[in-house]
Amino acid sequence: MIKFLFKGLIRDKSRSRLPIIVVAVGVMLTVFLHAYIVGFMGDTIETNARFSTGHVKVMTRSYSDNMQQIPNDLAITGISSLLNDLDREFPGFEWSPRIQFGGLVDAPDETGETKSQGPALGFGMDLLSGGSREPERLNLQKSLVRGKLPDSPGEILLSETFSRKLKVNLGERVTLISSTMFGGMAIHNFVIAGTLLFGQEGLDRGTIIADIEDVRMALDMKDATGEILGFFRDGFYNDDLALSEADRFNASYSSVSDEFAPIMKSLSRQGGMGTYVNLAKGWSTYISLIFIFAMSLVLWNAGLLGGLRRYGEVGIRLAMGEEKGHVYRSMIIESVMIGIIGSVFGTILGLSFAWLVQEYGINISGMMQGSAMLMPEVIRARITPPDFYIGFLPGIAATVIGTMLSGIGIYKRQTARLFKELEA
Amino acid sequence: MENSQIIRIESLVKRFPMGKGEFTALNGIKLSLGQGEFAGLIGPSGSGKTTLLNIIGSLDVPTEGSVTVLGRSIGALSAGEAARLRKESLGFIFQSYNLFAVHTVYENVEFPLLLLKYSATERKKMVTDALDWVGLNDKIKSKPPQLSGGECQRVAIARAMVKKPSLVLADEPTANLDAANSHNILKTMVSLNRELKTSFLFATHDDKVISYLRRKIFLLDGRVDNDVIISN
Repeated sequence: MIKFLFKGLIRDKSRSRLPIIVVAVGVMLTVFLHAYIVGFMGDTIETNARFSTGHVKVMTRSYSDNMQQIPNDLAITGISSLLNDLDREFPGFEWSPRIQFGGLVDAPDETGETKSQGPALGFGMDLLSGGSREPERLNLQKSLVRGKLPDSPGEILLSETFSRKLKVNLGERVTLISSTMFGGMAIHNFVIAGTLLFGQEGLDRGTIIADIEDVRMALDMKDATGEILGFFRDGFYNDDLALSEADRFNASYSSVSDEFAPIMKSLSRQGGMGTYVNLAKGWSTYISLIFIFAMSLVLWNAGLLGGLRRYGEVGIRLAMGEEKGHVYRSMIIESVMIGIIGSVFGTILGLSFAWLVQEYGINISGMMQGSAMLMPEVIRARITPPDFYIGFLPGIAATVIGTMLSGIGIYKRQTARLFKELEA
Repeated sequence: MENSQIIRIESLVKRFPMGKGEFTALNGIKLSLGQGEFAGLIGPSGSGKTTLLNIIGSLDVPTEGSVTVLGRSIGALSAGEAARLRKESLGFIFQSYNLFAVHTVYENVEFPLLLLKYSATERKKMVTDALDWVGLNDKIKSKPPQLSGGECQRVAIARAMVKKPSLVLADEPTANLDAANSHNILKTMVSLNRELKTSFLFATHDDKVISYLRRKIFLLDGRVDNDVIISN
């Protein structure tokens, strides 16, 4: 009987091809949209993670309480030992010490007098040790407008906008005026190696980036750092894991009574990121559910039309002695077949498109001009395990529900009218 | 040829609701049909032919009276039992063939055997035999849209006969056929009636069909007006 039904399905194009196309298109859109939303939300989170929060961040308890002020006088000390501990006990992360700092950048003229000055937000990170992934993480090479990345001590990167504002060129010297870790005045000279365009106004306004050892020297932070950022090795933020790892660290290292004791915070517990992470989780679920609901209506309609079109066939089957329940079940089996085939094709297509957008992305830099948000310029989809099965939910359930609802007519049908109906 | 009764009808009344009242389609029918009969219900439109065929075919139930088909009381059957009676013992032939358009001739004829869960080997033999009876063994791979009207109706006959039912109910089986095809179809059915001893009951007002009947049951206004048995 299954073979009979399957042959009918294959041969009757309007019974198979059209519903399969409808299911496949719906499933493809569901899969792609889910991957796109997860990618978009994830990209924004990852951008913030790379520039500011890490997937987790280790700092002192006091630094954590005053993080907005970048209080380097509350920095972590003895970080060589702490980094060894982190590498040993938390091998799922790549650990990167960073120093954020504020200061004034002074550009002198030929005579050494101040030509221009401007406030700067600085990042000290590992740029010079061979195996550092920091340049890659911040996409520095591709963000270069002029010059090169620092390859020797004393070199610095400026945002292109900032360099123009200061009227400085590559190879020229600028002076950072800031405060040391101990509250003294810090004055340190750097040579401009290159300029960067981040594409975000907040960063382009006045960012400087230097190797962390230079910054340590400038701010007198020997074997110290403001923050240690941890990044999951697969590159993607996992909130549940980040929270549990942070709890594990804090249980061992953190002390409520010691304001300089290290504390680990997940991305979602820094600033307003928790709200965004929850929003990201919620939105991807809500949008997917709305789409699944809409698809269910479309596929229900397709099932309804299919059921109506086969009125005569169902009639003859009932007249020949097939029980109503059997006819009903056979139509559901058919809809499961259509749902599975359509879902497989739709999932393959959806994953293919999602892969393309994951690999190549959609460039929205034109829309991002003037934005102060840390948002990615290239929106990328992200294929996650749910994308491999999420389409089957609307693909099969909606087709089957549609058939079940439209098939109720079989039970309402009066066999006494079959002769009349079949002669029509 | 005719011997044991396969249909026995006593005081059958069938009423349908119509507006605030009722319409009586069958009014006190008393009738019996023996095994191997080749009979027809003859009458004008509205005389009750199709209603009576419906009730005998267990597609409808009597309002009053009793109808017993192959020993089973139609009024007392559940929907499942009625379906089983149709599946196992009754064959239907319709005016407009009602074949499955996307399935081959072979698959159309095979369908009732799938419902009865015959094995593949049994099905193959039975379908081949049935197509032999109607002379369509050279068309087993054809699909209904590739066949003439006469061929389609022969497929419908093979489908009705393949399970060797005790009774075949045919509602205006030649209405869509030309004279030559109608005679061919009727000869085929007469032949099957004789060879397999299957009873045939037609609902018709087609003279061509009437000329082949060995028993003519005339209905008028829901009653048996005349019942004529033609001697061989």
